[in-house]
Amino acid sequence: MSGPARAPSGEETIPFTFDGTTYHARPGDTLAAALLANGVGLVARSFKYHRPRGIMSAGIEEPNALVTVGKGGRTEPNTRATDVFVYPGMVAMSQNRWPSLSFDIASIFGLAAPALGAGFYYKTFFGPAKHWMLYEGFIRRAAGLGNAPTEPDPDNFSQRAGFCDVLVVGSGPAGLKAALEAAEAGKRVMLVEQDAVPGGSLLRDPDPAIDPAAMVERIKALGGEVLLRTTASGYWDHNFLTLTQRLVEPGAVPPHGFAQRLWHVRAGRVVLATGLIERPVPFANNDHPGVMLSQAVRSYVRRWGVLPGKRVVVATNNDDAYLTAQALVEAGAEVVALLDARASGPAAPAGVSVHYDARPSSVTGRKHALRNVTAVIGGSEQSFEADLIAVSGGFVPVSHLHMQAGGKLVWNEEAQAFIPGETPQMCETIGSALSPPPAPAVAPAGKAKKSFVDFQNDVSLADIDLAWQEGYRSVEHLKRYTTLGMATDQGKTSNMVALSRLAEKQGVTVPQAGLTTFRPPFTPVTMGLLAGAGARNAGAHVRRIPLHVLHKAHDPIWQPLGYWFRPRAYPVDGESLAQAALREARTVRTVAGLSDVSTLGKFEVSGPDAAALLELVCATTVGKLAVGRGRYTFMLREDGFVSDDGTVWRLAENRYLLTSSTGGADRMAHHISYVRNSLRPDLKCSVVNVQEHYAGIALAGPRARSILSALIGAEPPRHMGYVPGVLAGVPVHVLAASYSGERAFEIHVEASHAAAVWKAIEAATRAEGGAPYGLEAMELLRIEKGHVVVGGEVDGRSTPQDLGLGGMLNKAGGFIGAAGLTRPALALPDRNNLVGLVSLDGPIPEGGMLIQRAGQSPQGHVTAAARRILEGGAIALALLEGGHKRHGEEMIVSSPTRGEKARVRVTSPHFYDPAGERYRD
Amino acid sequence: MYQITCPHCGPRAQTEFTYERTTDSVVDPAADAHTAMQALYTRANPMGLDEEIWRHTYGCRAWMVLTRHRVTHVIEAVKAIGPEALA
Repeated sequence: MSGPARAPSGEETIPFTFDGTTYHARPGDTLAAALLANGVGLVARSFKYHRPRGIMSAGIEEPNALVTVGKGGRTEPNTRATDVFVYPGMVAMSQNRWPSLSFDIASIFGLAAPALGAGFYYKTFFGPAKHWMLYEGFIRRAAGLGNAPTEPDPDNFSQRAGFCDVLVVGSGPAGLKAALEAAEAGKRVMLVEQDAVPGGSLLRDPDPAIDPAAMVERIKALGGEVLLRTTASGYWDHNFLTLTQRLVEPGAVPPHGFAQRLWHVRAGRVVLATGLIERPVPFANNDHPGVMLSQAVRSYVRRWGVLPGKRVVVATNNDDAYLTAQALVEAGAEVVALLDARASGPAAPAGVSVHYDARPSSVTGRKHALRNVTAVIGGSEQSFEADLIAVSGGFVPVSHLHMQAGGKLVWNEEAQAFIPGETPQMCETIGSALSPPPAPAVAPAGKAKKSFVDFQNDVSLADIDLAWQEGYRSVEHLKRYTTLGMATDQGKTSNMVALSRLAEKQGVTVPQAGLTTFRPPFTPVTMGLLAGAGARNAGAHVRRIPLHVLHKAHDPIWQPLGYWFRPRAYPVDGESLAQAALREARTVRTVAGLSDVSTLGKFEVSGPDAAALLELVCATTVGKLAVGRGRYTFMLREDGFVSDDGTVWRLAENRYLLTSSTGGADRMAHHISYVRNSLRPDLKCSVVNVQEHYAGIALAGPRARSILSALIGAEPPRHMGYVPGVLAGVPVHVLAASYSGERAFEIHVEASHAAAVWKAIEAATRAEGGAPYGLEAMELLRIEKGHVVVGGEVDGRSTPQDLGLGGMLNKAGGFIGAAGLTRPALALPDRNNLVGLVSLDGPIPEGGMLIQRAGQSPQGHVTAAARRILEGGAIALALLEGGHKRHGEEMIVSSPTRGEKARVRVTSPHFYDPAGERYRD
Repeated sequence: MYQITCPHCGPRAQTEFTYERTTDSVVDPAADAHTAMQALYTRANPMGLDEEIWRHTYGCRAWMVLTRHRVTHVIEAVKAIGPEALA
């Protein structure tokens, strides 16, 4: 193209840049329209061969004109120039070229095209590995599209739910009519249009009888919602659709901070008025700038007043392109020839010479502008001097959403197109997508090698032929081998052309050749839009424990645990985490410490059948507990593996409290509910999840008993006993259970009163020389004591016997998992058993493998490593093959990933007070 | 995303629900190991209607059995289960 293609009118008020040059656009211009208006014909380089590319279409199907829009974190690569509206200051850059768009060194790939044909990568991979090593860096640099920005996106993305009786997709004549009719019938209507203005094909072929703007106003007045710049990008189950709405154009600064909005819409009925996409025509160099789809040419002429060429050849197999010839003539262009592949056609505009049985075979150009079109007319070649060729190979109904909805397609031989057929959802297609104009099959006339089918992935007819020759018969294989239809445009312009070629090769009809499936999204979706607010570290709600504010006053190190944050340690005087944890653990061992255990799973089970339900859920006995007594318990999955553990307490005759691990609390809540409601709805009991109703405070240490005794003014319960009490004027449950290995109590209190109780216990404990302790000290204490933890030793692969808990199983059976446990494989002697490890030299690397000598396969692994609390030395818990019988054996813990090793002796996992003398009565 | 008609709350989005299992993979706590493992590991997986246990976890928390078509995802029936449904 040479010189501006639109005479300035004074409306060119919007400055923008393309590759650093400033141009001006009119309001309403797409980037493509503005570039054409300014005489810019070369806008991109192709993916593989770096061939010069121009603008082919006027819509979202554009395969060639991909550009990068915006700056910094707002950069959006691979944006279709036909699908972005120019705004003041817009910065657009071409892609995949170096050093510049017009002089691209890598375009020599075009010369090497025969070597880079279909299956090039596969063949390279199957060759010697060193060849790939040689090519890799080169290929990775050379192939590709735009570059993703490295800075974070400064914009926010909003998400919204929508509900309507009728959702209409597409605001062309059919969509507008359907939406208005539904609105007038009193329905809640949503009308979605991906363009910035309503009208669809009316913007190209105006109809004086239809006024899109007036119809939209009428729909809105009736309460309908009209969303422009919004794409129905996914059609899911039960009439659920996702809409992606652009609140500002790509790269623009959003006035309210939100760049896009994702709609989740549940629609009563969906009306798809999605129209048609034009098929390109394969001939040699059909990817050259200046080769444009016929309807696109008409759009530029009529909608934007841009004349993309002065001397134009129109090539078609249908009547629609005659309208383009008419529009061109009206706009003052010279239509040098109308090539109709058929034997006859409608009346042509005056002065246009029509050639029948005429097909374009090649085009040539110079400096990226089209110069010449060669056609085969009735068996002989003829050339035309032209700077534009408008092509139409027929039409493809936009049936993507219909197919996503599970709909079937019906072959229309006359139009050589698949038409939307039946659908299992409340959805119908209307308008031109149901009746594409007749367009007979036409054999390509040019050389296959340069006749492009998939413009974005540089797939030519020759590549399809090669794939066929190499044995790729199924359309699915063809697609994967040639990468056809796998670019960002998902084959919107290429699928049908390729399918026709495949059918021709196979000697079958197109429907017999098959069709690939359309999947969401319809057009590319920004990742940040799907993340929504989750992109700002808000993927999950942060739950605060009741004592959060009190802990915060101590400025602890926080640790995420389940949904919560709990103090990991309370460092003082610049202590490190390890120093603080060791001090806290020593305080517990020698004086007393208090800790927040509010996040434990807690369930109150009441009723005459409460014990029966608990004996189903728990693998230990429960029914024999006396009132005011509790016990350690664990729960199994149905396959016999341990899923969780905790304690169970008989608070009253028919009332129990069950605790479970923090991380497994939701799973346990679901499980108990399943057992109660699905397995045993007949039981007379109720289960209440009281996890967040009660805050929990653990008080542990040799002085815990005397501290608590003074606080509640009564004798605390003996080990595994329960008493109700009053502490700081607040009613509490006092449970005597030890996780640390010391005399210990859990005080459970209604969450809203927890602060007073914590303050009282903390003051009394500090007065004795004690201190609060966090999760890290708790870990040191429990490892030394040999208690298992869910997610550590309880890893979903361990049975009660593996963990040394077999003796506690309910001998009567009847609990969930009892049957699974009897499987012979779960009793094999070489299963991984829980053991302790004592280091014979340095620290034991956590996660390390247990081996007998270097080079041996691992026989187990370290689940938790620590140091002794009061004396020196490193210890660990581990799961070891046949470990129960290997106490005393010397082994090596090796962690190749940490580069650490330690010699260890296998022992019992109970390092500290194995008889429990420190807390038993 | 499905729309599931909770017997207690009416039509709600699938995100409010949790899938548990098909009714044919329910393990009777009294079953022997072989029967239990058969129920757990060999499912019917029909290409058609199946019965599934779901819970309205992020709603009323009640349990129900869905009769759902595994190809078209059409939910033909929803039946409440649990102690309240026994009467």
